[in-house]
Amino acid sequence: MNNVFVYCEITEENYIADVSLELISKARKLANTLGVQLEAIVAGSNVNDLEKSLYPYGVDIINYADDKRLFPYQTLPHFSIVTKLIKEKQPQIILFGATSVGRDLAPRVASFLRCGLTADCTSLEIGEYEDKKEGKVIENLLYQIRPAFGGNIIATIVNPYTRPQMATVREGVMKKEIFSETHKGEVVKLNVNDYVQDSDFCIEILERHIEQQKVNIKGAQIIVCGGYGMASKPEGFKLLHELAETLGGEVGATRAAVDAGMTEHERQVGQTGVTVRPKLYIGCGVSGAVQHRAGMDQSSKIISINTDVNAPLNSIADYTIIGDAFEVVPKLIQYYKKNSK
Amino acid sequence: MSLKIVVLAKQVPDTRNVGKDAMTPEGTVNRQALPAIFNPEDLNALEMALEIKDRVPGSTITVVTMGPGRAAEIIRDSMFRGADNGVVLSDRKLGGSDTLATSYAISQAVKKVGKVDIVFGGRQAIDGDTAQVGPQTAEKLEIPQITYAEELIDVTEKDITIKRRLERGVEVVKAQFPLLVTAHASAKACRFYNAKRVMKYKKAFSKSEAEANGFDTNLWNQFPYLKIEEWNAADVACEDDRIGLAGSPTKVKKIDNVVLSQKENVTLEPTDENIDSLVKQLIDTHIIG
Ligand SMILES: Cc1cc2nc3c(=O)[nH]c(=O)nc-3n(C[C@H](O)[C@H](O)[C@H](O)COP(=O)(O)OP(=O)(O)OC[C@H]3O[C@@H](n4cnc5c(N)ncnc54)[C@H](O)[C@@H]3O)c2cc1C
Ligand SMILES: Cc1cc2nc3c(=O)[nH]c(=O)nc-3n(C[C@H](O)[C@H](O)[C@H](O)COP(=O)(O)OP(=O)(O)OC[C@H]3O[C@@H](n4cnc5c(N)ncnc54)[C@H](O)[C@@H]3O)c2cc1C
Repeated sequence: MNNVFVYCEITEENYIADVSLELISKARKLANTLGVQLEAIVAGSNVNDLEKSLYPYGVDIINYADDKRLFPYQTLPHFSIVTKLIKEKQPQIILFGATSVGRDLAPRVASFLRCGLTADCTSLEIGEYEDKKEGKVIENLLYQIRPAFGGNIIATIVNPYTRPQMATVREGVMKKEIFSETHKGEVVKLNVNDYVQDSDFCIEILERHIEQQKVNIKGAQIIVCGGYGMASKPEGFKLLHELAETLGGEVGATRAAVDAGMTEHERQVGQTGVTVRPKLYIGCGVSGAVQHRAGMDQSSKIISINTDVNAPLNSIADYTIIGDAFEVVPKLIQYYKKNSK
Repeated sequence: MSLKIVVLAKQVPDTRNVGKDAMTPEGTVNRQALPAIFNPEDLNALEMALEIKDRVPGSTITVVTMGPGRAAEIIRDSMFRGADNGVVLSDRKLGGSDTLATSYAISQAVKKVGKVDIVFGGRQAIDGDTAQVGPQTAEKLEIPQITYAEELIDVTEKDITIKRRLERGVEVVKAQFPLLVTAHASAKACRFYNAKRVMKYKKAFSKSEAEANGFDTNLWNQFPYLKIEEWNAADVACEDDRIGLAGSPTKVKKIDNVVLSQKENVTLEPTDENIDSLVKQLIDTHIIG
């Protein structure tokens, strides 16, 4: 009882969305720390690969509402399912994607349950909280860490007295990580008519135009950016993708790298590419021309890896690593893997 | 027939100009230290409301804002642009409210405005950045919600058709009144001040402005349109344990400043120890998870 829950979103192609798998990867760790099970809520219609996609990430129980009226997402039917299920099962934590769906649904649910909800968390941890007024310490609380105030501050927020503790997290913030290829759970099928009522379908969807997901580095929290310095060997960008995947980020590139055919134009950062504002930008073999900097100088933290001490990017970097990116990048991967557990 | 519209608007500190004293040690915002502006997406919301008023003549727009007394500024601003009147919900007891407590207080104020057909709000306020107050207010009022409105497609006396902006596309939805709509930044920009309205409303003031500046409230009897309503928590029947810090389940445990920390500029040789400790530091400061 008092398990950790994740509300799962469904893609246009009718699969579990990546953002939900990212949340599940994180929630699995939280559940392990707390010694409880991990449950998913899926409301959709004939979702593809439901069990196959959820179990390896560590889901123990899939609460599945299967009804053709549940896709595409609408607020009220999903709200009814989630709130009733929470009342029945009393989770201690529930996570939602900070997506157009999650940010529509989670606050309404929180309001109904009169629970605290923390928006756009960039980090979630378990810890204790001292209530100085009441003079007591509450253990095993969810630390909900989020930027606010235009990204100028990072706040750690807790909900000491309301359950479930609720939080939303943006896509790309948590890492998708297989828990165990052989992990198995169970599906609990919900009788949808016990959860929704006809009046929940009061908003009529007249039209939808949803595009297929393309490469989109704009929203990425971590960007590993490759410059012309990574173009000297064919495996250069493969290495960058490996680092990005390990950190849960995306690969960006300079125009020189795109022009050299190392990667697609959608990944180009700068004046004639996209502007990005990640939490962390890692430039690998990027000189830092002004046209490139125009698209990334608002990044919260900048690391420059360059053989040249005098590369202009170094002057706006928080950390400069003077060295061959082909050697430094594998070390970053190695030490991240060592330290992230 | 006409429609009764409420627009929720928040006066926000301009987060692009954050100075050293912007936050108090308790983690609440020190609003006095910052220039105050009309929350940008609330202007998109106001424009959508004004468009409805254009199309369904006789409709009225009441702007509701919760905040300190000086928030009356954005009511006046709204009246210059075409809103009919406004209310400032202001009370010390409301200080420190999280989104749950804020939406409760706002919903109580909307109930006092009367039987409303549409409540508009912005998607998100640029200071708290949560985008939670809209859907929470809809729940408190027990009405459906349409979030991220980008375009008003059609409106009649009983229903509304709206285009919503989603991450990877758009959706057109139709719903009957009453309901709550939140406006997305991609919606039409708000019309500018109307010169005649500026002349008419520039002297409008609220009770606390009258007290602070010695304005004569008898003017309100003669010119009722100059009165900016001001309500406190009791006026809108708020229960004390549901507002302010007491009514807020979220507690700020800790605040770390990002901008004001000195930029370090560390240069490293690519040794194993250096990279190991850099990675540890990035994990400890939540830069990577
Ligand atoms: C109108 C206009 C618009 C432009 N728009 C853009 C834009 O949107 N985006 C953009 O990126 N550029 C843009 N540019 C191009 C820009 O001026 C630069 O030419 C480009 O950014 C340089 O890319 P780079 O840093 O990859 O290459 P270079 O400048 O060639 O830098 C390569 C760097 O890699 C380092 N290096 C080499 N080998 C290694 C190694 N093994 N390990 C580590 N470091 C190594 C070198 O020391 C050097 O600093 C634009 C230019 C113009 C004129
Ligand atoms: C650093 C920090 C972090 C915070 N994190 C959280 C958190 O995670 N969870 C939480 O519950 N609270 C949080 N809060 C508190 C929250 O900012 C306040 O409750 C705030 O009053 C409302 O939230 P918002 O600014 O995010 O508004 P949003 O929900 O982003 O606002 C959406 C819309 O609601 C309407 N609206 C909002 N406030 C008002 C108002 N005062 N008057 C009129 N209309 C209004 C506007 O139309 C606005 O566009 C945080 C505050 C700070 C300072």
